[in-house]
Amino acid sequence: MAKTHVTMKVNGAEVEGLVEPRTLLVHFIRENLQMTGTHIGCDTTHCGACTVDLNGMSVKSCTMFAVQAAGADITTIEGMANPDGTLSALQEGFRMMHGLQCGFCTPGMILRAHRLLKENANPTEEEIRFGIAGNLCRCTGYQNIVKAIQYAAAKINGVEFQEAAE
Amino acid sequence: MIPGQFSYHRPASLAEAVNLLATLEDARPLAGGHSLIPMMKLRLATPENLIDLHGIDALKGVRRDGGNIIIGAMTTQHELLASDIIATALPVLQETSLVIADPQVRYMGTVGGNVANGDPGNDMPALMMTLGAIYNVEGKGGARSIAATDFYQGAYFTALEPGEILTSISIAAPPAGHGYAYEKLKRKIGDYATAAAAVVLTMSGGKVATCRIGLTNLSETALLAVAAAQAVIGTSLDDAALKAAAAAAEAIMSPAGDGRGPPEYRRYVGGVMVTRALQRAAQRAK
Amino acid sequence: MNDMTPTREEREARLEGMGCKRKRVEDVRFTQGKGNYVDDVKLPGMLHGDFVRSPHAHARVKSINTEKALKVPGVLAVLTAETLKTVNLAWMPTLAGDVQMVLADGKVLFQNQEVAFVVATDRYAADDGINAVEVEYEALPPLIDPFKAMDADAPVLREDIKDKKDGAHGPRKHHNHIFEWTVGDKDLTDAAFNKADVKIKELISYQRVHPSPLETCQCVCSFDKITGELTIYGTFQAPHVIRTVVALIAKLPEQKIHVISPDIGGGFGNKVGAYPGYICAAVATIVTGKPVKWVEDRMENLTTTSFARDYHMTAEIAATKDGKVTGLRVHVLADHGAFDACADPSKWPAGFFNIVTGSYDFPVSHLAVDGVYTNKAPGGVAYRCSFRVTEAAYCIERAMDILAQKLGMDPAELRLKNFIRPEQFPYHSALGWEYDSGDYHTAMKKAMETTRYSELRQEQAAKRAAFKRGETREIMGIGVSFFTEIVGAGPSKNCDILGIAMFDSCEIRMHPTGAGVARMGSKSQGQGHETTWAQIIATEIGIPADNIKVEEGNTDTAPYGLGTYGSRSTPVAGAAIAMAARKIRAKAQMIAAYKLEVHEDDLEWDIDGFRVKGLPEKFLGMKDICWIAYNTPPPGMEPGLEAVSYYDPPNMTYPFGAYICVMDIDVDTGVYKVRRFYALDDCGTRINPMIIEGQVHGGLTEAFAIAMGQEIHYDKEGNVLGGSFMDFFLPTAYETPHWETDFTVTPSPHHPIGAKGVGESPNVGGVPAFSNAVNDAFSFLGATHIQMPHDHWRNWKAARDLGVIKGAGAAA
Repeated sequence: MAKTHVTMKVNGAEVEGLVEPRTLLVHFIRENLQMTGTHIGCDTTHCGACTVDLNGMSVKSCTMFAVQAAGADITTIEGMANPDGTLSALQEGFRMMHGLQCGFCTPGMILRAHRLLKENANPTEEEIRFGIAGNLCRCTGYQNIVKAIQYAAAKINGVEFQEAAE
Repeated sequence: MIPGQFSYHRPASLAEAVNLLATLEDARPLAGGHSLIPMMKLRLATPENLIDLHGIDALKGVRRDGGNIIIGAMTTQHELLASDIIATALPVLQETSLVIADPQVRYMGTVGGNVANGDPGNDMPALMMTLGAIYNVEGKGGARSIAATDFYQGAYFTALEPGEILTSISIAAPPAGHGYAYEKLKRKIGDYATAAAAVVLTMSGGKVATCRIGLTNLSETALLAVAAAQAVIGTSLDDAALKAAAAAAEAIMSPAGDGRGPPEYRRYVGGVMVTRALQRAAQRAK
Repeated sequence: MNDMTPTREEREARLEGMGCKRKRVEDVRFTQGKGNYVDDVKLPGMLHGDFVRSPHAHARVKSINTEKALKVPGVLAVLTAETLKTVNLAWMPTLAGDVQMVLADGKVLFQNQEVAFVVATDRYAADDGINAVEVEYEALPPLIDPFKAMDADAPVLREDIKDKKDGAHGPRKHHNHIFEWTVGDKDLTDAAFNKADVKIKELISYQRVHPSPLETCQCVCSFDKITGELTIYGTFQAPHVIRTVVALIAKLPEQKIHVISPDIGGGFGNKVGAYPGYICAAVATIVTGKPVKWVEDRMENLTTTSFARDYHMTAEIAATKDGKVTGLRVHVLADHGAFDACADPSKWPAGFFNIVTGSYDFPVSHLAVDGVYTNKAPGGVAYRCSFRVTEAAYCIERAMDILAQKLGMDPAELRLKNFIRPEQFPYHSALGWEYDSGDYHTAMKKAMETTRYSELRQEQAAKRAAFKRGETREIMGIGVSFFTEIVGAGPSKNCDILGIAMFDSCEIRMHPTGAGVARMGSKSQGQGHETTWAQIIATEIGIPADNIKVEEGNTDTAPYGLGTYGSRSTPVAGAAIAMAARKIRAKAQMIAAYKLEVHEDDLEWDIDGFRVKGLPEKFLGMKDICWIAYNTPPPGMEPGLEAVSYYDPPNMTYPFGAYICVMDIDVDTGVYKVRRFYALDDCGTRINPMIIEGQVHGGLTEAFAIAMGQEIHYDKEGNVLGGSFMDFFLPTAYETPHWETDFTVTPSPHHPIGAKGVGESPNVGGVPAFSNAVNDAFSFLGATHIQMPHDHWRNWKAARDLGVIKGAGAAA
């Protein structure tokens, strides 16, 4: 099968590659670009481990062809740290609130939370739980992920984070 | 889970898309892709040519046309949720969009893909039948319109002819003060309905003036529950009327048994969804 | 002392030792996408392998035609059983003493069984290749129901052993029988039942489920033809065991095998076993001379690489009329699938199921387990539990509720009446265990007080009355569970895997500047070992945890260990860490005595160094001692400061806990809502409370999923249903309840730091709490026992069977 030349912007940099039309975006990112932070967990669009931010949308990159993303502006977990290399509010929130264990769902979870907070700067717990329901985690039981996102929201909004009482 | 090989096409116009679909061997349109791509990864679908509709601006967006709301087929569920026109005129569409799949899928999933695929598990078809929507399609032979109620012929079988593309959906805006509800029972977020019911009604003097009821995933296709709606029109939705509506709706259901439960369960909760949707719609009606 | 001298509190805090909520070291890389998981490993020239799988549950393989597949661009080789026979690897030994086909040899015995292995230049070509392999099958009648496995006319599944009278665990009664395992005194137990006032008997089934970590099983095998060295990167919970097994079955010298478990995306028992993918990738790299990667997809994961549970337990309790238990009798029918590949210590065909007497003082008990073959996937792993302990806890905790119901007693009260009393520890159970420590009454009472248990019961009584009056269609259940786990396998006198004793190990090497590296035989899959192991060392030797680098998973550098599963890391590796650290401290004390010019006995340990008793200003810190150890050690002493400990525990540890679940169920839809879930855990000494809480949250969520929906279900033809995350219930954040955690601390008397392990307790105790809540909700309508999973339709079915669901439209 003839290969197609694609270009897109990933984490602010123009990238290009030759792909088969059937090459999944997640494989293009992981194997052509060798950015392996984006993971594959279920192959069927349920787990969200492959979530990236694409043109301002949270997208499961296992269910999109790389050719469809030609010209797109994509952010992956490798592009989530602050410009000075320090952990961004969400990354810090996940660490401070113990929002991860094995770390496999974490990149997708952070990318999804990133878009959620862009659309809703101060979400309630219910809104967070609903907003990350396209991402599965097998380790944490989500409770600390919710706290991690609340922590990040507070930090982004410049207010003091207060953990909800048990 | 890797798809088979295919050729990819991204037409910039509807005419080009229609032409490609008509001339290429084994060609399929690609909308949001969240039904088709998983099927391709399982190699249950192996099209030779994929016609990606994302390049066609004419298929996108929501607009008013007199008393009608026109929704481009490539409008995503996320865009429906963000649309002021939909929020004002067709809030039931937003309530339904919110219970489809999960946030990521709603960014990609399109209303056209949801209705045109003919999947009995999809939520929009029953709602479109309830709203009396008209599907505008275009093919090599020209454009035509098909009522949603005439569209569904069997699981994955629709009135769409080979080579035809759904371009937009026209919905006459329900009257101000109408009541609505989409009641969906599912195992978890991301699941198809165990049973779901759409209701759009108007109330007058405490009694139901008009009512339409649609049913999701309770038969080979979405269903319009005409007798169930008749059973409540003219009533104040008392217990007897609700029972009659649920019983009439259950009578037309023929759900399959699957991991969501055996047929008798799904039929029963189908009745429960109808009852609850009617009650919630009535509460909302002004 | 001047003002700059840190206070004791500051010195303690700087260590971030045991008891501190230290933030995780691992998270810095994981939050930036810099973890290194197996599928991230990319070696030059690497090939990909993928399996052709059987669509049938039971069939004879008539022919395999690879001709077309070999013509697919990129496909280099197709392995079949015939190929593997040339290297004597068509079959492999299992951990349970059975053998398993690596690739179908003459017949297939479960759906999706591995039939051929296609090797290609990339994963896309490999997938094209598997679709081009042509296999001709002749279908045979499938055996799906384990209760029919030993029928006289049941089909013969395992033709390879059909005439064998003895298996790995003694005599076989039938061609589909694997073993019978009995424990306890049958005569005394029968006698107790003969004179009992009250008896209950119930078939309690625990459905087949799957651990499904978010990362599937995968490996990269790379053979160097020049040096004869084989390197395997894999998702292995026990890398050293894999190395030894490969050495034994592939007849390779063990020093030439390098097994590396990089970051692992969750294990939960799934990654303990050895799977055909590993063998095929290893053979493929030896055949091709190029690295070969194998990554299973989710459907393959859910339907082939192991399962958990599938235990059908008939439990009987004898008791006095005032509620004192006098005997326990349990029979288990264990469905092991097509090959006995259970991941248990080798002498334990039913794991530690004989913990089934639970937290209660049963004077006598008898247990018999029969294992049978069926046409289902092999496995039988401990899914977030010690070996078969979840099944045992579920069995006894359901049975106790059933007894309470029969006696008309409150289930919490019945438990309090029958708990092993604090003064009975160490307690010898009727089925042979020695429980190390416990204070069950204190834990149960704390749980009841915190949840205002008696008020909940009053509310429930009011709701039941309202339901009976027709005022509500919602019923309320209160689930009580009190579990005792047995973890930390284990003492080598009774625990081994294929003859390898189940010790664990730690090596600590201090550097001159007061930092160090520690390596263990354990392997984290998310438990945060890099964080917590350093905390143990920090407390033991007074070096800040931040200065201790923890390494696991590389068999070339880590000391030999048995890996991480069955909550064994803290009880066994954690002990080895403390013991190795104490060896370091003992040498440090000799150095300090020399430098401070006193006798060793005149020194006392003080947070981060040694102080001369009675002379507080004479102090030597560990940081300085590290330098001295290398550069100016006492005359006659070897330079350096390092230690190794191999720890063979004297006993298991016995964590316990009290869980209370409050649930409301809408009878018309079966939809449930967990209103409250309270979990009190006692895991002995607590190393990192933040990580413990996280483990409890995660374990409870898995328990919730199992009790309320998970099931690997087979239809009558042996088609496996639920092979994706659409149907296999993994709750999202939205369905997952809020968790309340609490604790008591009863240290283990035999563990160097008193810790017991916690990772699996919430799964063990959680499942019965949810199930008891559902059963409790329906009990006033006449239900005795409703089988799991308690998903919507089964809850509705329970309501219908109890007569509270009428015909069409009735819910209106």
